[in-house]
Amino acid sequence: MATQPEDLRELMRRREYRAGFVTAIESETVPPGLSEDVIRLISANKREPQWLLDFRLKAYRRWLTMEEPKWAHVHYPPIDFQAISYFSRPKSLAQRPKSLDEVDPKLLETYQKLGIPLKEQEMLAGVASPVAVDVVFDSVSVATTFKQKLAEAGVIFCPISEAVQEYPELVKKYLGSVVPFGDNFYAALNSAVFTDGSFVYVPKGVRCPMELSTYFRINERNTGQFERTLIIAEDGAYVSYLEGCTAPQRDENQLHAAVVELVALDDAQIKYSTVQNWYPGDEQGRGGIYNFVTKRGDCRGKRSRISWTQVETGSAITWKYPSCILRGDDSVGEFYSVAVTNNRQQADTGTKMIHVGKNTRSTIVSKGISAGYGQQSYRGLVRVLETAENARNHTRCDSLLIGDRCGAHTFPYTEVRNPTARLEHEATTSKIAEDQLYYCRARGISEEEAVSMIVNGFCKEVFKELPMEFAVEAGKLLAVSLEGAVG
Amino acid sequence: MLEIRNLHATVAGKDILKGLDLTVRAGEVHAIMGPNGSGKSTLAHVLAGREGYEVTQGTVRFEGKNLLELPPEARACEGLFLGFQYPVEIPGVSNLTLLKAALNAQRKHRGAPEIDATDFLVWVRECARVMGIDPKMLSRGVNEGFSGGEKKRNEILQMLVLQPRLAILDETDSGLDIDALKVVAEGINRLRAPQRAFVLVTHYQRLLDYVQPDFVHVLAGGRIVKSGGPELARELEEKGYGWLEAA
Repeated sequence: MATQPEDLRELMRRREYRAGFVTAIESETVPPGLSEDVIRLISANKREPQWLLDFRLKAYRRWLTMEEPKWAHVHYPPIDFQAISYFSRPKSLAQRPKSLDEVDPKLLETYQKLGIPLKEQEMLAGVASPVAVDVVFDSVSVATTFKQKLAEAGVIFCPISEAVQEYPELVKKYLGSVVPFGDNFYAALNSAVFTDGSFVYVPKGVRCPMELSTYFRINERNTGQFERTLIIAEDGAYVSYLEGCTAPQRDENQLHAAVVELVALDDAQIKYSTVQNWYPGDEQGRGGIYNFVTKRGDCRGKRSRISWTQVETGSAITWKYPSCILRGDDSVGEFYSVAVTNNRQQADTGTKMIHVGKNTRSTIVSKGISAGYGQQSYRGLVRVLETAENARNHTRCDSLLIGDRCGAHTFPYTEVRNPTARLEHEATTSKIAEDQLYYCRARGISEEEAVSMIVNGFCKEVFKELPMEFAVEAGKLLAVSLEGAVG
Repeated sequence: MLEIRNLHATVAGKDILKGLDLTVRAGEVHAIMGPNGSGKSTLAHVLAGREGYEVTQGTVRFEGKNLLELPPEARACEGLFLGFQYPVEIPGVSNLTLLKAALNAQRKHRGAPEIDATDFLVWVRECARVMGIDPKMLSRGVNEGFSGGEKKRNEILQMLVLQPRLAILDETDSGLDIDALKVVAEGINRLRAPQRAFVLVTHYQRLLDYVQPDFVHVLAGGRIVKSGGPELARELEEKGYGWLEAA
């Protein structure tokens, strides 16, 4: 049951962005500006090996030659990359805490407020279905829970900065192998300055015993968050991973430029879910996060499978195309997306499915909801190479409009170089009609609850792809995001 | 239960109701008949609180409360039900979801706890059985892809589930074959009770063969021009409406 009217009604009453508070904590923040020196500083700070510094510098030099992409259907004033601080961490984390007991209570409190009680999380182990959590605060990882239990299964789940120290050969082998350092403007920037993020390695034949989750939080003013996530599933491995994101309410815009790389080898499966609730800006469009993200999965092995499920409700601007390269024969790529743009939010999001191997299949389900003055574009590419005999794609792309000042746009691209390919595309645009709301109200249901019910119904197909406990969360989040959208 | 006094209403700037009076007491069934365009549906939507239906004069009291100052959902929660002439489709929202949300909203209004999930299903299935609705249809989108007859039966199903105190059924009989008409009538008769009242808005007398009204009113030119017992309906069936409009 995705809809829980009681909870929704309760949430409807809360008019504010609930994650908008700031944690008063002493931070060490590198002064704004980007140069080779800053990169060397970040790298030295993290005691990184030479090869990683070289990777960063190569990326930086490439970035200097690149231009910001302008093709997306979004509008914003130019970003001053020299005004951003590229590294910030709570002082108390200068030495990585060895256990949760060593973590600054203020930080734990922050996550408690956000509904991620790290302490209880560990104590509840064995009860219900536990979720292992890694939390990233500004530029550094705070803590990872359940490490021991995961290690017993052979699963590595740790901050990527730790993986660089502990498992350098794995990181070196896979980092940049899916999203090369010069892939695009923001990926190059990330490669140069990325600070933390999660690293997951699931060895051959292992089914990860629990959901893995990373919680990203931007706290410090004028900082960017450049996280880097790398997930590797060896032959026959399975892992389900979820990321959540929030930031304080501020008048200025903040940049979040992440890179996520997934590698699935033979018969491996990776399920990657996102619930993105970065601060969206206020009703007039002041403030909010620029969410410019490169996410790509490589179905490198035969019969491998990668699924992206995203619920995007936050950010002032979203520019994001989680993609799959279907290299292995019989591999499967999936993209399930719900994106909400309310007030002045803008989103240009979609996916790319690149069919390389034989009998590769992909599914795209995109649900866009626009309200207020929100502008939303679905942009999707399905490319079938000569080698991809019998490739299949099914795309379904639905837009729902609430009110008459918002917009929905669809840009589907297809490139087919193999005649055996079969592609299907369905698209609809609908409006929550006045008579639908009246009908619900005539049955005793309030207007806001009716909107939430209709929107939840519209998103059902995507929500069912989320891990159970997050599906409920997602439904609530949607209701909050659309507060005041009607009337 | 319902007292309408000198009701005037406009839709899109056009005067439709021009001084309508009607009193409905608990336990009664009233039929409102009249030619097309006489204001029958307008009356139904004014009572339910549809936006754009503007009351310019007069009063409507429901159980002693000023109905006109309540939003549509509050009217429903007070026990007023409108059976739509053209039921609306809501794709993606199942009939069960709508019914549960409606029932719980009304219970909350009365200070009652939410209905137990199992009790709810048992109750809805029982109502569906009465209306000859396949339980599978309950999981489908609200009215999504339903035939005209199915939509009308679904309206009566909702009425059975919600158990209103006053049901206004707007041309629920139109577009029904004789079998569906009997099922709809059965649903209405089942709900007839001393504490409950009905207003049947209809163009034809045939529903009244199965649901015996206590009063029949003729609405013409935005006012009730004639009232009587069940025999008035039969008279209208024979003579049409012309003789009244001329009068």
